[in-house]
Amino acid sequence: MTATKLEPDVRRTAEATPPVRRSAVSPLSMAVLGAATLYFLLPIFWLVVAATKSTGDLTSTFGLWFADFHLVDNLRAVAEFQDGVFFRWLGNSALYSLGGATVGTLLAAMAGYALAKYEFRGRELTFSVILGGVLVPYTALAVPLFLLLAEGGLTNSVWSVLLPSMISPFGVYLARIYAAASVPGELLEAGRVDGASESRLFFTMALRLMAPALVTIFLFQFVAVWNNFLLPLVMLSSNDKYPVTLGLYTLNTQLTLVPELKAIIVTASLLSVLPLVIAFLCLQRFWRSGLAAGSVKA
Amino acid sequence: MTTTTAPIPAAARRRGSAPSTRAAWGFLTPFLVGFAVFYLVPIGYVIYKSLYGVRRSSTFGPIQEVFVGLANYRSALGDGDFVRGIGRIALFGFVQVPVMLLIALVLALLLDSARIRFTRFFRLAFFVPYAVPGAIAAIMWGFLYAPSLSPFNQLTRPLGADPDLLSADVILWSIANLVTWTYAGYNMLIMYSALQAIPADLYEAARIDGASDLQIAWRIKVPIIAPAVVLTAVFSIIGTLQLFTEPQVMATVSTAISSSYTPTIAAYAQISAQNYGLGAAMSVIITVATVVLSVVFFRLTRKRVEG
Repeated sequence: MTATKLEPDVRRTAEATPPVRRSAVSPLSMAVLGAATLYFLLPIFWLVVAATKSTGDLTSTFGLWFADFHLVDNLRAVAEFQDGVFFRWLGNSALYSLGGATVGTLLAAMAGYALAKYEFRGRELTFSVILGGVLVPYTALAVPLFLLLAEGGLTNSVWSVLLPSMISPFGVYLARIYAAASVPGELLEAGRVDGASESRLFFTMALRLMAPALVTIFLFQFVAVWNNFLLPLVMLSSNDKYPVTLGLYTLNTQLTLVPELKAIIVTASLLSVLPLVIAFLCLQRFWRSGLAAGSVKA
Repeated sequence: MTTTTAPIPAAARRRGSAPSTRAAWGFLTPFLVGFAVFYLVPIGYVIYKSLYGVRRSSTFGPIQEVFVGLANYRSALGDGDFVRGIGRIALFGFVQVPVMLLIALVLALLLDSARIRFTRFFRLAFFVPYAVPGAIAAIMWGFLYAPSLSPFNQLTRPLGADPDLLSADVILWSIANLVTWTYAGYNMLIMYSALQAIPADLYEAARIDGASDLQIAWRIKVPIIAPAVVLTAVFSIIGTLQLFTEPQVMATVSTAISSSYTPTIAAYAQISAQNYGLGAAMSVIITVATVVLSVVFFRLTRKRVEG
C-alpha cells in the first residue's frame, strides 16, 4: 500500500484545520480528561505490572505496582506451556484475521465499487439486503452455521472459521461510500474511451484510488475477526485450531482447579493484546477516516 | 494488486448497450455468493429449525424430526429463565448504553474544545481498550474484580470495605463497566470525527453573539452531530442484545452467571445441549428483537434529528 497520501476527500481531517486561535487551557476540562485517561489505561497498566509477577506475588503484593521481576520466568512458562500451544493460538488468530480481512476487503471493495459506480436494476434492493446484514446479530448466524456445517461434517476445520470471516456487510457499506467519494466518474469514462476493460479499470485505477479506504476496511475486519469469540467457540473442538481468545478462555475455565495458571494467563493476555495495540497506534489515522465515513451517512 | 486477475472476462470483452450491468454483477457476485452462504442460508435454516422438534417413538426408539409449528417459541417465551435474561439485558441496556454514550459525548466535546492540550494523546488513550478483544478484556477484568487480587479491594480494605464485585448483586454492573471500558473510546471517536467535520466559522457567529463554550457545545455542536450519536446508539443496542462474550467469560470466575444469564447465552446453552429447535427459536427471537429495535430507534430519532 503505497498510495497512503490519497486520504479520501470525504471530509477535512483534524490535522488540516489547525485551531483558529489558542484559548486559555481549562483546568476543569484537563482534570476530566486526566481522570478518563486513568480509567482507560489503569487496567492495561495493571496487566503490564501483573505480567512481571509470580503467581504468589499476584495476590500478596499491591496490584498497581511492581514486585520481584518475574517477567522472563512468566514468558518462559507461557512459551513452554503445553509445547508452545499459546504461539499456535496466536498463529491461528493471525491466520484467521489476515485471511479473513484480506479476502474480505477485496470482496467488499468489488461489491462497494459496483454499487457506487454502476447504474443497474436491483442496485438499491441489493444494497438494502446487504445493509440489513449489518443488523443481524452475529450470534444468530454462528449457531445455524454450526448446524449447517455439522451436517456436512465441516465443523472443527480451519475453513469453518476462516470462510465466514471473509464476509463483511459493513465493509461493503464503507467501500460504497469511499468509492463514491474517491473514484471520479469522468476518470472511468476516459478509461473506457481508451478501450480499458471494466476489470482493468477496477484493478488498476479504482482499487488504487480506494487504497486508504481499503486499509480502513481491512483494519475493521481484522479486529472483528481477531476479537471473534462465539464463532470459534461454536465451531472448533480441537485445541490446536483455537484462536488466542478461545485458547485463553479455556485456560481461564481451569483456573479454579489450577490456580498456578494465573501468571501464565495474565502474561499470555498481555502478549495477545500487544500486537493489536501497537497496530492501533501506528494506523490510527485510518481508523478515524473510517469512523468518520461511518457517521456521515447515518 | 495489479492486473493479474480478471474475474469478469465476459463483461470485459463486451462492448455496447449494457456492459456496465454485467460488469456490476460480475463485481458483486463473489461477495453475494459468500453473503448468501454465510448470512441468508443460515437465517433461513435457523427459522426452519425453530419450527421442528425431535420425538422418539419409544424410549429407546430412533429420533425423529417432526414439525411442531410455534411450539418452540412458546416454550422459549414460557421459559422463566430465558424471559428473565431478556429483562436483565433490557435493564443493562437502559443503564449502560446512555451512561457510556454520555461519557463518550462529553469526552468528544472536550477533545474538540480549543481549551485543552495533548489532544492526540487523550484520543489514543481512550481508544486503546477497543484493541483488547472482549474475551481478553473479560479475563483481565475478572482478575481486577476478584477480591483476592483486586487492587480496588487492596485500596478499600484498610477503610473497612471489602466488596465482592463478582457477587450476584453487582455482577451485572461489573459487566456494564467492562463493556463501557471497552467501547466508550470507540464511540467517542465516531462522535469526535463528526465534530471535526463541522466548519469552524459556524461557531464564530455564536461567539460574536457572546455564547459561552458550553452553550456552543450544547446548542450547536450536539444537534449537528446527532446522526453520529444515533449511529453509536444503534450499534450499542445491537451489541447489548447479543451480549455473550463478556458474561460467558466472566462465568468462569463468578458463580452468579447462570447458563441463561443473557438470551444469547441461553440460546447457546440449548444448542450445546442439542435442543436445536428451542435454541433456534431463541436465536430467532433475539434477531427479530434486534432488527425491530434498531429500525424503530432509527425511525424515532430520524424524525427528531431531521426536524
